[in-house]
Amino acid sequence: MNEDNTILSIKNVVKHFDISGGFLDQVRFKNGRFGLEKITVKAVNDVSLFIKKGETLSVVGESGCGKSTLARVVLGLYPPNSGEVYYGGQRIDNLSHQQMLPFRKKMQMIFQDPYASLNPRKTVQQTLEEPLRFHHPEMSNNEINDKIDQVMGQVGVDQAWIKRYPHEFSGGQRQRISIARGLILDPEFIVADEPVSALDVSIQAQILNLMMKAGRERDLTYLFITHDLSVVRHISTRVAVMYLGTLCELAKSEDLFAFPRHPYTKALLSAIPVVGEKRAKQIKLKGEVPTPVKLPTGCVFHARCVYADERCVNEIPALLTQDNGTCVACHAVEENRVIS
Amino acid sequence: MSHLLDIRDLEVNFALRTGNITAIDGVSFSLDRGERLGLVGESGAGKSVTGFSIINLISKPGYISKGNIRFEGKEISSYSDEQMRKIRGNRISMIFQDPMMTLNPVFTIGFQMIETLQAHRKISKADAQDIALEKLKKVHIPSPEQRLSQYPHELSGGMRQRIIIAISLLTDPAIIIADEPTTALDVTIQAEIMDLLQELCESDNMALILITHDLGVVSQVTEKIAVMYAGKIIEYGSTDQVVKYPVHPYTEGLIKSIPGTVIKPGCDLVQIPGMMPTLTNIPPGCAFNPRCYLKEAMCTIKTPELKDVGNGVLAACHMK
Ligand SMILES: Nc1ncnc2c1ncn2[C@@H]1O[C@H](COP(=O)(O)OP(=O)(O)OP(=O)(O)O)[C@@H](O)[C@H]1O
Ligand SMILES: Nc1ncnc2c1ncn2[C@@H]1O[C@H](COP(=O)(O)OP(=O)(O)OP(=O)(O)O)[C@@H](O)[C@H]1O
Ligand code: SF4
Ligand SMILES: [Mg+2]
Ligand SMILES: [Mg+2]
Repeated sequence: MNEDNTILSIKNVVKHFDISGGFLDQVRFKNGRFGLEKITVKAVNDVSLFIKKGETLSVVGESGCGKSTLARVVLGLYPPNSGEVYYGGQRIDNLSHQQMLPFRKKMQMIFQDPYASLNPRKTVQQTLEEPLRFHHPEMSNNEINDKIDQVMGQVGVDQAWIKRYPHEFSGGQRQRISIARGLILDPEFIVADEPVSALDVSIQAQILNLMMKAGRERDLTYLFITHDLSVVRHISTRVAVMYLGTLCELAKSEDLFAFPRHPYTKALLSAIPVVGEKRAKQIKLKGEVPTPVKLPTGCVFHARCVYADERCVNEIPALLTQDNGTCVACHAVEENRVIS
Repeated sequence: MSHLLDIRDLEVNFALRTGNITAIDGVSFSLDRGERLGLVGESGAGKSVTGFSIINLISKPGYISKGNIRFEGKEISSYSDEQMRKIRGNRISMIFQDPMMTLNPVFTIGFQMIETLQAHRKISKADAQDIALEKLKKVHIPSPEQRLSQYPHELSGGMRQRIIIAISLLTDPAIIIADEPTTALDVTIQAEIMDLLQELCESDNMALILITHDLGVVSQVTEKIAVMYAGKIIEYGSTDQVVKYPVHPYTEGLIKSIPGTVIKPGCDLVQIPGMMPTLTNIPPGCAFNPRCYLKEAMCTIKTPELKDVGNGVLAACHMK
């Protein structure tokens, strides 16, 4: 599924966390004998996708489904347990810190919480200067100041803020500063993990406009993580829907919102409250989200799915490409059992 | 007929070391039996303080400095703690964003429900347990009998919020005040909880004050809406009317800045420039004037009053 203008691709990525703790925590008494038991969170399971240059690919799904983990694997912040990550055709998940440096410059991250992601003891100037000095030791003070001025202007950060500390700013202002920091190295690819979730809508609109503008002007590629489906619909080229660490649907944004295919996507979209509309009939899900410690067999969604049958309980559905290019991992869709 | 709840000219101050700040500045609204009202606005607008002040839950340095709160015909704003306890958690229940603010982690669900009932009524343990079960069924909790002996941490977030709703129903309150009850939950669970609240209001003729910043949720659940900005209600009316035809420039901006309301995907969203002022430097005149596209000289001098702008809507704007 690679294409020529692919900027980033991941293949069969698996990321599990061992949370069993120290040796003593692992000791279990079972069937009359003591043994060691490992507890692992299966956060991301066999996910493959690619991102094309200039597009915005959004990853959506409910809390704990593995969105942030996936983002961190992509950026090389977590090594995957298995699978591969490629940037511009080059494999990057197995690089040394030194080998990774040029990629760190091209790939930047913007976090949800502008309070936590800015160092409280650094002024705006210091925050913006630091990555430049690190990656561009050849730059003169004047060049650095010019660069900072330019980026600050682009993101609407007031020049007068430069000597101030993060606590002196509002959430929206801080998020502008983090975006400025994300842009200062002229990256090609930005991973934004819930960048507007902590902001009020009136401020959210300012930040989304800003990110879209920066995207156009700099030909940026975004991997955008969020659980807000109206934001997703607004900014995305394509959308990946995750459930319990697995990709269940990957589609062009307009196709996904017009014709969701996977039973989980259908339920998710039907639950979005729309401004100015009374509740449309919501597709109710049975049961509760299982834990990623003990993944269900077969399709991870089967316990909550109205279409689930024997096959769903036993066999993991493959992500299959439909006639319009949408990819769906669902036996019922494959068998044409899903009513649209 | 008089209103179930009638709030007139409510003012809440915080006595800070640096001086007095007015968090709620002349808020008035009323609520009838079975009516569902949404209280919306951005962070810091005064939604929670308004909700808390109704049942006198404002803690120092905050205090009600002015105004009247009439509930079932009685003036309750000057009630002592003792008197207020008969109303709070009894006739008026509150649901918070974080279920753990209500649930005690060391007691079972059953124990907490029975205790809540016995605090307000002379009732045997067995009778209290029957009522607890009945309410758990009402909020559609699967296997309710088992839940009684479970601890809060054994339940999912959505389940806990249902338990909280069941607890708030125990005393058959006339009003439920729900402060961001689903903000911490996923959309699929949020939708279920909102359906549930609406269903309960309808079946028991219970009134609801739903505090949220999510206009989508408000559109779906409430009949009336009050939009707050910098401690004041700036627009009030039927939810349908206000959300479709907002009058105040702030309400208009708020609705248009939500992706999907008026702007096509990929195009620039309508944005309100600037941000809400902090309470210590609210500009003179209309508090919204620095961000407003309709502003005239008058707006920087005189504070606009809420006035009838037709279609049953009240708005506080000189230009309307
Ligand atoms: N460092 C870690 N150690 C152990 N478990 C982790 C770690 N990071 C994430 N997890 C677990 O992996 C799963 C996926 O978490 P992740 O943060 O990727 O979810 P998410 O989709 O970003 O959720 P949210 O919407 O709440 O941010 C969760 O069960 C989480 O508890
Ligand atoms: N204990 C306190 N001391 C000082 N000021 C306070 C206190 N509690 C609230 N305030 C102020 O009162 C104002 C209104 O706060 P309130 O909590 O009602 O806002 P809100 O609309 O509920 O916002 P959010 O959406 O963030 O919950 C805010 O400016 C806040 O800073
Ligand atoms: S594969 Fe089966 S269980 Fe999974 S979503 Fe499709 S129908 Fe439902
Ligand atoms: Mg996350
Ligand atoms: Mg609040």
